[in-house]
Amino acid sequence: MSEAEAVRVIGLWASPFVIRVLIALKLKGVKYELVEEVVGKKSELLLRSNPVHKKIPVLLHHGKPISESLIIVQYIDEVWSSDAPAFLHADPYTRAVQRFWAQYVDDKGTDDGGKDQAAEQLSAALQLLEEAFVKLSQGKHYFGGDSVGYLDIALVSYVGWVKAVEKIAGVTLLDKAKVPNLVAWADRLCTHPAVVDAIPDADKFVEFSVTYGSFSKPIINGPK
Amino acid sequence: MAGGDELKLLGFWGSPFVLRARLALSFKGLSYEYVEEDLKNKSELLLQSNPVHKKVPVLIHNGKPVCETQVIVQYLDEVYGANGRPSLLPVDPYDRAMARFWAAYIDDKLLSSLMMMSMGKTEEEKAEGRKQSSGAVETLEGALKECSKGKPFFGGDSVGYVDVVLGGFVAWVRIIDRMTGLKIFDSSKTPILAAWLERFGSLDAAKAVMPDVQRLVELSKMRQV
Repeated sequence: MSEAEAVRVIGLWASPFVIRVLIALKLKGVKYELVEEVVGKKSELLLRSNPVHKKIPVLLHHGKPISESLIIVQYIDEVWSSDAPAFLHADPYTRAVQRFWAQYVDDKGTDDGGKDQAAEQLSAALQLLEEAFVKLSQGKHYFGGDSVGYLDIALVSYVGWVKAVEKIAGVTLLDKAKVPNLVAWADRLCTHPAVVDAIPDADKFVEFSVTYGSFSKPIINGPK
Repeated sequence: MAGGDELKLLGFWGSPFVLRARLALSFKGLSYEYVEEDLKNKSELLLQSNPVHKKVPVLIHNGKPVCETQVIVQYLDEVYGANGRPSLLPVDPYDRAMARFWAAYIDDKLLSSLMMMSMGKTEEEKAEGRKQSSGAVETLEGALKECSKGKPFFGGDSVGYVDVVLGGFVAWVRIIDRMTGLKIFDSSKTPILAAWLERFGSLDAAKAVMPDVQRLVELSKMRQV
């Protein structure tokens, strides 16, 4: 079995949860094979590998499946612990804060609130994340400080969609005036070598949304 | 750890999430100050310590707050991981991923279905809750079989992360059983889980923090009025 065959990701390029896993693997320099699902039709491999939720992403490591994106990211961090800086901070308290905000990001990201409420809630959430960034980065580039960390990975995965929503709805969410640090962080992180290929241009996400109708449901919930 | 290590837990006696945090503290043999919150009149300390959610439990360690139950349990496990204190999460990365997966499943599927079943606004909603919780419990039966490999707990020979996470619901499962006459962990359908429930509930470290079931029944009735 080749090195790449040992690590496979079942996913779809447009899913923020899949994007997380790809970024994590790229940061650790791990070669992998992406097995792309077809929207609207779940493969046998997916159903076998994640029988409980039948959702992407699934990481297959030497055939053993791991599901749930943040669990996968932690697994990658622990298995390839000697490659690249750790995603989770060495200090348990900082780790707890990173985990808290990652959970917050997912609670807000998968919120099924009404459209009008959604923009308002997202704005409020971004404001809190702006403050969290200032505290956690301590003047450095990332939530993780000098290196891309757990919370960076969790949050940047949504940026492609946020930019797509800005285009579709004609709103500014990543507003330089309101969340300057987050805007700078997003611009910086999206050009990082481990991220740039994992997050295509906003137009691609817009196109996806046009092709498949709702932009959030098929992605957030995985292909049905 | 040297003297001056101060642990405080802000909680509410009827919350399964607070119970989870207390179970973790109990199983790790840790001393702490417990502060009972009046959820209708939240303390300044709570509002300051958890400004984002304003919810319990909050663990305050030497003045620094940790919020969200699963974050708290993992924090305690990591800080108090040596010196003969039992470890809740396993060592192997794959086993850890499995433990986290089932813990997430419990909060995602079991919690929502139990809530629908007991607090649903219509009979249809409650019936849907019963159906979903039945499915979730069956899945957990399979999970326990897989994780325990014939041993008493999800963690194997001793209580682990998933046991503590599910343990938070033990009291709640008992009151739902009492109030509905149904058995959520039915020994004829899910024998391994039913046995786990009895076994876990009878452990000293669990009994020490388990709320009184009758009190919980009364609280639950009050909430439905």
